[in-house]
Amino acid sequence: MSTDTSFVTRSHEENWLPVLELAVEEVFEIMLGCRVKPVAQAEHAPNSEFTAMIGLAGALCGVITVCCSTKSASQMATKMLGDAATSADEVSDALGEICNMIAGNFKNKLAGTDERCMLSVPTVISGEEYSLRSMADGKAVETVLLFEDAPVAVRLELQS
Amino acid sequence: MDKIRALIVDDSSVMRKIVERSLRQAGVELEKVTEAGNGAEALTALHDNPVDLILCDINMPVMDGLEFVREVAKLDGVKGVPIVMITTEGSESHVVQALSAGARGYIRKPFTPDQVKEHVLPVLGKKP
Repeated sequence: MSTDTSFVTRSHEENWLPVLELAVEEVFEIMLGCRVKPVAQAEHAPNSEFTAMIGLAGALCGVITVCCSTKSASQMATKMLGDAATSADEVSDALGEICNMIAGNFKNKLAGTDERCMLSVPTVISGEEYSLRSMADGKAVETVLLFEDAPVAVRLELQS
Repeated sequence: MDKIRALIVDDSSVMRKIVERSLRQAGVELEKVTEAGNGAEALTALHDNPVDLILCDINMPVMDGLEFVREVAKLDGVKGVPIVMITTEGSESHVVQALSAGARGYIRKPFTPDQVKEHVLPVLGKKP
């Protein structure tokens, strides 16, 4: 598997979704040992008990979020850490790192953009009783994948 | 291979554990592992914990990895210690900045144990 796929186009916009999907698939395969593929969002409504966020600034300005259930977040942490016991802090930490790697992998695939785009440190929210409003008012793309038969949503929102 | 003392610098405790596990999977025998959550903590840790290898993230609060590498280069007794960056920042400019500052290796996240082996063993004078 290649982790050096660059999408060189005049505009990256048309490639955002496939690049995001590829970035997600690589992170799950390399760090969690799982092959995941996008599924129809209408049939797999994602749960938002855990939400990890990474801000993008510079050439790309916006936010990448990863939303999943508490059970999925815990399973991801266990997969990352092997047999190690995972505390609530480690579950949040693991999901934040997954979001961080997806964001980094995504921007590294956009030739000419990676040099001029910075990432924030991750933020992780637990609990569904919140509303998230991004100041990014431009294009948004989302992919939903099945991890251990449960939906995980990865969303990119960009400022126009 | 002789046992080595490693310093792992990353603001994610999960990632520090993964890096340590990857080192062991690469065949690196660890006498002691010291952890730090950012560059400033790592500089403090180096006062009391001599190390043979440093693995360091770039994007961290308080002091980032590039500044940490530049600070290490000023410290007598530590500046010769090999540093390998492990980071999501994969751009050519970050690689150049890190290597210019004194890092000896660069691994992009996500990474496999084989990539750790490939980049870490050579800086320890071993064949991957």
